[in-house]
Amino acid sequence: MAHGPSESFFSRWLFSTNHKDIGTLYLWFSFAMFLLGGAFAMVIRAELFQPGMQLIEPEFFNQMTTMHGLVMVFGAIMPAFVGLANWMIPMMIGAPDMALPRMNNLSFWILPFAFAILVATLFMEGGGPNFGWTFYAPLSTTYAPDTVNYFIFGVHIMGASSIMGSINIIATVINMRAPGMTYMKMPLFVWTWVITAFLLVAVMPVLAGAVTMMLMDINFGTSFFDAAGGGDPVLFQHVFWFFGHPEVYIIILPAFGVVSQIIPTFSRKPLFGYSSMVYATASIAFLSFIVWAHHMFTVGMPIAGELYFMYATMLIAVPTGVKVFNWVTTMYKGALTFETPMLFSIAFVILFTFGGFTGMMLSIAAADTQYHDTYFVVAHFHYVMVAGAVFSGTAAVYYWLPKWCGRMYDETMGKVQFWIAFIAFNITFMPQHFLGLAGMPRRYADYGLQFADWNMVSSVGAFMYGGAQLLFLFNVIRTIGWGKPIDDPKVWEGAEGLEWTLPTPAPFHTFSTPPVLK
Amino acid sequence: MSKRARALFLGLFSPMILCLVAGGAIAEEATWNSLNMPEGVTEVSQAAYDIHMIMIWICTVIGVAVFGFMFYVMFAHRKSKGVTPANFHENLTVEILWTIVPALILIVMAVPATTALLKVYDTENPDIDIKVTGYQWKWQYEYIGEGVKFMSELRTPQDEIYGRAPKGEHYLREVTEPLVIPTNKKVRFLITGNDVIHSWWVPDFAVKRDAIPGLFTAAWAKTDQAGIYVGECTELCGKGHAFMPIVVEVKEEAEYDQWLAAKKEEAVIYQSTIGKEWTDAELMAKGESVYAISCAGCHQAKGEGIPGVFPGLVDSSIVTGPVEDHIGILINGVAGSAMQSFADQLSEVDIAAVIHYKRNSWGNEMGDTVQPIDILNYKQTQ
Ligand code: HEC
Ligand code: HEM
Ligand SMILES: [Cu+2]
Ligand SMILES: [Cu+2]
Repeated sequence: MAHGPSESFFSRWLFSTNHKDIGTLYLWFSFAMFLLGGAFAMVIRAELFQPGMQLIEPEFFNQMTTMHGLVMVFGAIMPAFVGLANWMIPMMIGAPDMALPRMNNLSFWILPFAFAILVATLFMEGGGPNFGWTFYAPLSTTYAPDTVNYFIFGVHIMGASSIMGSINIIATVINMRAPGMTYMKMPLFVWTWVITAFLLVAVMPVLAGAVTMMLMDINFGTSFFDAAGGGDPVLFQHVFWFFGHPEVYIIILPAFGVVSQIIPTFSRKPLFGYSSMVYATASIAFLSFIVWAHHMFTVGMPIAGELYFMYATMLIAVPTGVKVFNWVTTMYKGALTFETPMLFSIAFVILFTFGGFTGMMLSIAAADTQYHDTYFVVAHFHYVMVAGAVFSGTAAVYYWLPKWCGRMYDETMGKVQFWIAFIAFNITFMPQHFLGLAGMPRRYADYGLQFADWNMVSSVGAFMYGGAQLLFLFNVIRTIGWGKPIDDPKVWEGAEGLEWTLPTPAPFHTFSTPPVLK
Repeated sequence: MSKRARALFLGLFSPMILCLVAGGAIAEEATWNSLNMPEGVTEVSQAAYDIHMIMIWICTVIGVAVFGFMFYVMFAHRKSKGVTPANFHENLTVEILWTIVPALILIVMAVPATTALLKVYDTENPDIDIKVTGYQWKWQYEYIGEGVKFMSELRTPQDEIYGRAPKGEHYLREVTEPLVIPTNKKVRFLITGNDVIHSWWVPDFAVKRDAIPGLFTAAWAKTDQAGIYVGECTELCGKGHAFMPIVVEVKEEAEYDQWLAAKKEEAVIYQSTIGKEWTDAELMAKGESVYAISCAGCHQAKGEGIPGVFPGLVDSSIVTGPVEDHIGILINGVAGSAMQSFADQLSEVDIAAVIHYKRNSWGNEMGDTVQPIDILNYKQTQ
């Protein structure tokens, strides 16, 4: 049984069915997409550095905002957490591998094709998708460039990949837990991922439905979203956000899981309120299905609908608050140290909470009349997605990298990266709150002079933030190649859980015989 | 942090600080101080502002408490101080407490949130109804029942946008013709879209409603403060999204009445010019300006188009073909494409002039003239 990875580079990575190798593939792919999406963001911020059109045309600007959103959400954040799930879930529940290893290979390997197709549209006649990552009809149907068909195809492939990945995670967690690993003993990262996987299985088909209806409208003469043919453009938004709001929780729940692993480790104290964490995660997931139209407060819904969606959205603050209180209380009376993963996790708690505050403000429909589709919303979701999902992903890599490769990263460099990222992030996105409140709409290629100052600040911050990512890349490569070798199975003094009982670096096959749980 | 780290840190930050200082010095009129939502000039905007401030204060209080506690913990309970970690991990009472208390706060907040929303929706019994239509990339205003209707589009020249001329004070906040409304009258906006979805936003009125093709959304404003208020399109609507501002001029009632009367008269006078015979020079001059405002955005300044997206108009079989077909395209648009119908947007004079202009510019030499009356006739035969 104890055979290692295939000798040949190609057969090792192309045909791999090993959860660790596939996890690695996902993580590298995700980082590559993160840099690509980041490059698009740099183009956007460079153009917005000053009022006026300097570098690119508005048409291309719209392609950049659209591609930035799509690549970051579907290419960078989601695959990053699938990669972490692949690596960690089997090790955390004492399983030898994922339940469906061949499907695992397939679900990864179709992703690069999806993104190759999507990115290729930038070089085609008519240009890439230019209708925003939310691709509202009819801008994305009747008025779209012809390349929209490639976009639809790409989204279908990504959806298929996500669904396969999720089924695999669900199957693994239900069937492959080591004896004694009851559900209420599973680490929180595993819990948040199973719940996320159910969300994915539920809403990815809805997204597929939305793009299929678009495809029909564009090519086969239907009018789902065309008012002239008896359809309804608002229907598109309902369908999209029925996917879209759960999607934002698909992005954040695994991040909650990561932070719930890291904070106890560096507080040297068990997670406070484990079971309430599980219930809070489940209630957030449930609520995420019934609040979608808070993205549509300005489409002119009947007031009863608007009130309902406002109240339901406000409710999300309750389980979210429970999580924050639990993290803080976990730290209370611990013995804290501040290694890089902990720094990123603490920043996560602070900045995510800040994003939650603006989320509550956005949920108040009358005020959202002013906020909606301005930079205030852009600031809100970058606080939850960048300082939330991306910070926690970074924390996870620093936390588990020594376990994965048996080498320690450079702590100083990690801390420098953290402080640059933390400060740069706030320089970039804090002013966007002001811009939004002062009246700057989002997805604007150019703006009036009254917005000039804060835009310049925001752009400077964005370039710094971009730079910090290169430092991250450098640190990770340096660790893998030249980091100080370590062999302590626990790596971190306060670490608890099955994954830390394995040797460091984690062997190619682990738990071929199930571990014994007390 | 080590010395090396500190040096690295400073090295990375000082250019940024310099940049900021320089940036601040260059910006002629500093705008750092526009940080908050405007209170605006209507009951609705006041309500939105009030609830916004309530939320900010609630969040500030919670934030100070939570983050304050967190910083205390980070300071007091660090390993370097030699503390031994406690081992507790559950406490039902506090867990119930911090579920119930936020829920109660929410219930309290729901009250002003609901009243404010009721105000937003209070669109019944208006004094004046104005239909607002979003076009790629301009707005049309129609005073319902008054026979007054006009387009309002960006007036900032391309040269300012592309940095070939210094930017004026009202850069991207100036339009060809502002919407005019009176003080102290309840004005209802009935908002719709012609092509894609736009969104009509005037921050000082807290009016933001999507302009959706095939549907109407409603919003209202009533203010006692005359003045000029600027707004924006807030739904991505294509490449001109940032270039279709809204300007509303609120006039005292008497002034408004005068303005409306003048507009009505203008409409009557216009009718009489349709029948007149226009000269080539008149048509070319008019056509050039109409083309620059209404067509160049897509078909480009010299009719060269953008391959694969917007067809070129030089040597196009339509432009150099029979006049009838050409008029037809402008009146009816091309279904299922970005080429919209201009029948409602442009006057007969404008349409005749722009067609004439295209047929006799950029190397197209048809040599015929197209008169406004031809357009009227075409419309009537439909
Ligand atoms: C929103 C973008 C847009 C604007 C503004 C626009 N057009 Fe077009 N136009 C198009 C598109 C797209 C087509 C191609 C339609 C098709 O055949 O699918 C087109 C086609 C045409 C054609 C037919 C050309 C050919 O060879 O097939 C003419 C003529 C024309 N437009 C004239 C005008 C005039 C005159 C104006 C200004 C009053 C104008 N257009 C404004 C997008 C636009
Ligand atoms: C307390 C929890 C939260 C609440 C109450 C909340 C509320 C809202 C509301 C009402 C909007 C719509 C604003 C508008 O468009 O006018 C919004 C937008 C958004 N939120 Fe949140 N949110 C919360 C947390 C999150 C989280 C955790 C994420 C993702 C990680 C997230 C991601 C987004 C995104 C991406 C958008 C913008 C979508 C778009 O228009 O492109 N939010 N949020
Ligand atoms: Cu949402
Ligand atoms: Cu717009």
